[in-house]
Amino acid sequence: MNFGEYGGRYVPETLIPALDELTAGWEAAKADDAFHRELHHLLTTYAGRPTPLTLVERFAPGKRIYLKREDLLHTGAHKLNNALGQAVLAVRLGKRRIVAETGAGQHGVATATVWARFGLECVVYMGEEDMRRQQPNVERMGLLGAEVRPVDFGTKTLKEATSEAIRDWITNVETTHYLIGSCVGPAPYPEIVRDLQRVLGDEAREQILAAEGRLPEAVVACVGGGSNAIGLFYGFLEDTDVRIVGVEAAGAASLGSGRVGVLHGARSSVLADEDGQIADAHSISAGLDYPGVGPEHAYLRDIGRVEYVGATDAEALAAFRDLARTEGIIPALEPSHALARARELEDEELILVGLSGRGDKDLAEVLRQ
Amino acid sequence: MKTLVIYLVCEPETPELAEAAVDGGADLIELGFPFSDPLAEGPTIRLASERALARGMRTAQCIECLAEVRRRVEVPLVPMTYAAILEAYGYERFVADTRAAGATSAIVVDLPVEERREVPRVQLVAPTSTDERIAACATATDGWLYLVSLTGTTGARGEVSPALAGLVERTRALTGVPLYAGFGISTPAHAATVAELADGVVVGSRAVQEAEKGPEALRDYVASLRAALR
Repeated sequence: MNFGEYGGRYVPETLIPALDELTAGWEAAKADDAFHRELHHLLTTYAGRPTPLTLVERFAPGKRIYLKREDLLHTGAHKLNNALGQAVLAVRLGKRRIVAETGAGQHGVATATVWARFGLECVVYMGEEDMRRQQPNVERMGLLGAEVRPVDFGTKTLKEATSEAIRDWITNVETTHYLIGSCVGPAPYPEIVRDLQRVLGDEAREQILAAEGRLPEAVVACVGGGSNAIGLFYGFLEDTDVRIVGVEAAGAASLGSGRVGVLHGARSSVLADEDGQIADAHSISAGLDYPGVGPEHAYLRDIGRVEYVGATDAEALAAFRDLARTEGIIPALEPSHALARARELEDEELILVGLSGRGDKDLAEVLRQ
Repeated sequence: MKTLVIYLVCEPETPELAEAAVDGGADLIELGFPFSDPLAEGPTIRLASERALARGMRTAQCIECLAEVRRRVEVPLVPMTYAAILEAYGYERFVADTRAAGATSAIVVDLPVEERREVPRVQLVAPTSTDERIAACATATDGWLYLVSLTGTTGARGEVSPALAGLVERTRALTGVPLYAGFGISTPAHAATVAELADGVVVGSRAVQEAEKGPEALRDYVASLRAALR
């Protein structure tokens, strides 16, 4: 359940039996064809998989950059892959209530969507600062019937929302599934989320082979908690000639400038001071504004398989505007960080970029800048 | 006689407050080393932790605070904190330095029994724990077992959790170690109810609130708990 020295289950005893139950439930589901059939049916008839690859020659002249278009997935981001999978799993486990955290609101919307579809109770914790930045998603969650609980202390962003979701789970663990949105948290969550997102990388690998007859020279994705990145990267980890690059927000570079620490149930690379106190992250993008990262990314960094670099708010904003103007695609601010770095790669021509979500939610924040 | 455990967050006033708690009848003091993201805490201790951190109470300052409390009182002292603090400080170094400063043991809220066996500590068990886990915790624990009386975070509640009686019964069947119950216990009446079941009572959030009013208020409050336990 660990990734090298990272991962683990650093949570209060109250939750350990639920994690054991989840681990057993996930193993059983993975081995059950009926689970895969149900999930595949939902992904194809409800979510809109497979999503296409789009070549963006006007955005990056002289290169062949393909975007994996998770912005075209139902609800507008890759988050739905995970939410659907965990929903099917939760129903198998007999849980009638779910809690989730959300930063940008995309995971909250995906969770609210799934639970409207399954007809169950849904509570989403969201920092007040993020509610301000991502107002359209707050309204969407309300429309879908989810209760959005504002978190008005600490950083008022994803870190605090995650802590509150875990506290809710501790309190209601017997009836509640915690539908975590990224490849973070105590084991087995990082593994579950990765397995549910790897559809992204598996599809993209087949698609680029069909389109170009060869693998990409580089694969680039943004990393906050890191779920779209881990899903995309998993399609290419064993292709050792493919350069893999994760792009963090410069002010929230848990991998680039973090240290080993414990946050939200896992040992990983975190932004923290020398005493282990978690530091504030800073990013224009609510989805990357998180001082931790999935433990498997820390492992992939340490073994040298994936490079992690940063992009600033200004670089992400420029890529956001450029993709809209040159291709008619409005990306979310999160993958705009990946776009910013991808177009500057000097040695690679054929590049695959994870476009993890669409940017409608970000318009107000971008126009404010 | 039942054991009365009082929890205080390490702050500059804490040595004086600990002395007052012992004057009031506390048999053991838990000293909270604040962490920025304390998952098991309700609002009272979370806010107190934020305040302590804002006042510069990092690990070194907390160990100094522990040493000063040790100079003033004779009762067992147990630092209570989160794995992130030990991860940064070094697990074995934390044990060595807190013991040198007068700690009797430690409580690490988010370090399950199977992790980091090199840290001798009081294990926690909860109503959700299986019998197998309770037995493992009882074997590994350092002195006594901390019974988390309810499924939830710390903080005052109206009633003693109905889950406690069952947890005590299950645990007694598995071990002879002393059982001290905490979480959600705030009044003398609660303490009396819990004392009928367990060997000791842990009071955290409400003690932190009383401590904010000063040593006299804390001493009187602890004395009221003590009286209920006689």
